[in-house]
Amino acid sequence: MKENSRERLVSMSLVAPSVVLIAMFVYGFIGFTGFSSLTKWDSFKPDFTFVGLRNFARLFSTMPTDRFLCDIRNTVTFTVLFLLSSIAIGLFLAILLDRHVKGEGVFRNIFLFPMAASYIVTGVAWRWILSPGNPQTGATGINQLFDKLGLSFLKWGWFTDPSILAIPRDSGLGQFLSQIRLGGLASPYIGVSLAMISVVIAATWQMSGYVMAMYLAALRSIPSELREAARIDGASELQIYRRVILPMVRPVTLSAIIVLGHISLKIFDLVVSMTGPGPAFATDVPAFYMWDTTFRGNNFAQGAAIATLLLLMVALLIVPYLISTNRKEVSR
Amino acid sequence: MSRGLPHHGVTAGKVVVYLLLVLASIVYLMPIYVQLITGMKSFQEVSLSRMWSLPSGINFASFVEAWFGEPSQGIRGLSQNFMNSVYLTVPATLISAFLGSMNGYVLSKWKFPGANILFPLLLFGMFIPYQSILIPLVRVLQQIHLYGSRAGLIFVHVVYGIPITTLIFRNYYATIPDELVEASKIDGASILQIYARILFPLSVPGFVVVMIWQFTSVWNDFLFGVIVTSRPSVQPITVALNNMAGSYSVEWNVQMAGALLAAIPTLLVYIFLSRYFMRGLLAGSLKD
Repeated sequence: MKENSRERLVSMSLVAPSVVLIAMFVYGFIGFTGFSSLTKWDSFKPDFTFVGLRNFARLFSTMPTDRFLCDIRNTVTFTVLFLLSSIAIGLFLAILLDRHVKGEGVFRNIFLFPMAASYIVTGVAWRWILSPGNPQTGATGINQLFDKLGLSFLKWGWFTDPSILAIPRDSGLGQFLSQIRLGGLASPYIGVSLAMISVVIAATWQMSGYVMAMYLAALRSIPSELREAARIDGASELQIYRRVILPMVRPVTLSAIIVLGHISLKIFDLVVSMTGPGPAFATDVPAFYMWDTTFRGNNFAQGAAIATLLLLMVALLIVPYLISTNRKEVSR
Repeated sequence: MSRGLPHHGVTAGKVVVYLLLVLASIVYLMPIYVQLITGMKSFQEVSLSRMWSLPSGINFASFVEAWFGEPSQGIRGLSQNFMNSVYLTVPATLISAFLGSMNGYVLSKWKFPGANILFPLLLFGMFIPYQSILIPLVRVLQQIHLYGSRAGLIFVHVVYGIPITTLIFRNYYATIPDELVEASKIDGASILQIYARILFPLSVPGFVVVMIWQFTSVWNDFLFGVIVTSRPSVQPITVALNNMAGSYSVEWNVQMAGALLAAIPTLLVYIFLSRYFMRGLLAGSLKD
């Protein structure tokens, strides 16, 4: 008994350094950031005068800048498109590879290797590939390839295109919406920033192999008897996938949504190296705005407010997942 | 048409599968192709109208310029920053792996009351957007005189590496039977003796997975590098590459060569240890 309590003390002291570091550098720091977001601290010199939620209110207004509203729109655009493309491509590649092809290892490695590169490398490469060119240089990058392949109609401005797909306020639909008191939907902040598509392409190139690996592991764990049984029952390959296999890999889809979702909310490096804030904030994101306003503009309280909102968004996604994973484990 | 002849159906299907796989491979390899051919072109050959064509010969001048720079034009090479990343990544990886191994050992084999609550609280730290801790981080590093130095950056990577390394080791040690530990306990071995004699010798695969994971994420990190180090002579390669790519005086061929140089260490780790790399990835998704 005495032996036991000594061992317990030793075991706790072994994890103590990590626990103290995480308590301070994660939870303590988050607390400090949350506190700073309620203050006036807008220059290099700290000023902890309490201002309530003013920094948050500013973010959601168009004055002095509508940058954060653009950021939210861009994050939604990015998250939806990135999740759809990565999950669709990842699942598709996993299904192809699951068919016991020769050279499977080679293909798998080709799809997965972009994961090993940093977002900065990815951004530098894709910025060049997607550079649209200008009248002096002619078409460059993918646009030039389109010209060569006779697909010139596909050429466009990529990340330099500031267009936002949104309902114009003075259009028929916009007027109809305002009549049924939904005029707020006809807004440039509720729409799709087309320039974000370039960032989605680069991010999908980097991350879809990861999704493929997750799906492939799940597909491989499905007993082959199940497929055989379905085949004997006369089901076609398509039906087997729709009715038997896809429902069984659904937990992987949930994992992929959570992993990719929190990555996409935090996306930063790729935007820095590829596009920056873009024309009229067409590719700006909250993580970039926070860095810009805090460490270039010295507006610490404003940056802290953005960081707090960013953390809340990520927590909404992650905390339920952590709790349910932990519960499953405890009950196991 | 092939319904009665399943073998023909299979072959036709296989051809389509291979075609799709080869097509996808071309798309995935395209950025590397562009980087390689652009990096190997001579300065005379780099014209935008020929960006997709192969170089006339193999020419490493762009790599040389990306590595050593062009001091006469004020272009910094990446050599110093490459070495900074090496000196940063190696110690950060080793310390993280050691801490993670200790934590994983205790949290899987010596569960104390509250350990099940502590663990998810630790894990949350790997998902947070680091923007939410940057402001106090810079101030604290300044106060403890670690700001702007390589030691400071190593410290930051070790701290924020604790959750993932602990997770991987905890899951790894969970696969080692408790009976091994229990038997040694009865023999009177202490907690540290059990670790040193039983767990540690069995930990090699766990260490490989964790070290690959930490090596790649520390090498590839940009945010901590750009926040913690401001002097170019201390900055890691990702920050230097981003600066190089953002400068209008640096030609595309040099940028592409620089990007390849920055990617080589992690690509090599990936090529030679891809099996372990995969395991780390899947552990990172909390699935094991």
